[in-house]
Amino acid sequence: MRFKPVRFLRWVIGAAIIAFVVFAAVSRPAPFYLKFLYILLMGCLMVLYRIFKGPTPADRVVAIDIFGILIVGFCVILQIYTKRGWYLDIGIAWVLQSFVSTLALAKYLEGKGFEE
Amino acid sequence: MAQVIGMIFIVSGVAFDILGCLGLVRLPDVYNRLQAATKCVTFGTCGILFGAAIFDGIFTATGVKALIGIVFILLTSPVAAHAISRAAHRSGVKLWEESVCDKYLDDQMKPKLTE
Repeated sequence: MRFKPVRFLRWVIGAAIIAFVVFAAVSRPAPFYLKFLYILLMGCLMVLYRIFKGPTPADRVVAIDIFGILIVGFCVILQIYTKRGWYLDIGIAWVLQSFVSTLALAKYLEGKGFEE
Repeated sequence: MAQVIGMIFIVSGVAFDILGCLGLVRLPDVYNRLQAATKCVTFGTCGILFGAAIFDGIFTATGVKALIGIVFILLTSPVAAHAISRAAHRSGVKLWEESVCDKYLDDQMKPKLTE
């Protein structure tokens, strides 16, 4: 692959932005578990960027699937932080709901009806 | 000691999550994005759940719930990824221009060529 200066410059700028954002999330004065929450929020921002920009509808479906799984990790870290067990119930329910909605969106992408 | 092991699992899970999201932003194609994101995020969230399970002890209420969550994620996430990639290929999403081969298209074209 040929060396392209514009692409290299874009790569450097993107890596600098992501490193700054993760560093800003880690270095906030917060309890120890909430730093994990900040890092996962930065991941959610990246997923939202892909949802808004994605060139094809398949990109958006992939991003929505990953967004649901990130929310499950969010619930687990909230459970560890607050010591309340029902966050895990929310996580389990969210996994199943995300699975069903992803299958429905995949069927919609394929262009067929639901009667199969 | 159990809290230290659980914290190691949780830190590795969060690291895998952020790397999966980075792959979702960075990679050039639907299929590449699906590969990076699904593997990394599934392993990352399973790592967080397993860390939460051995944080309080496996045979408590939160441990059993976390293990059930791991089972559900491992059952549902590959099926969803396979359905998305199949639907994307059938709906006509093109591959990246530098990708090498497309075996699924060859398998679809083969019976038409032999008839």
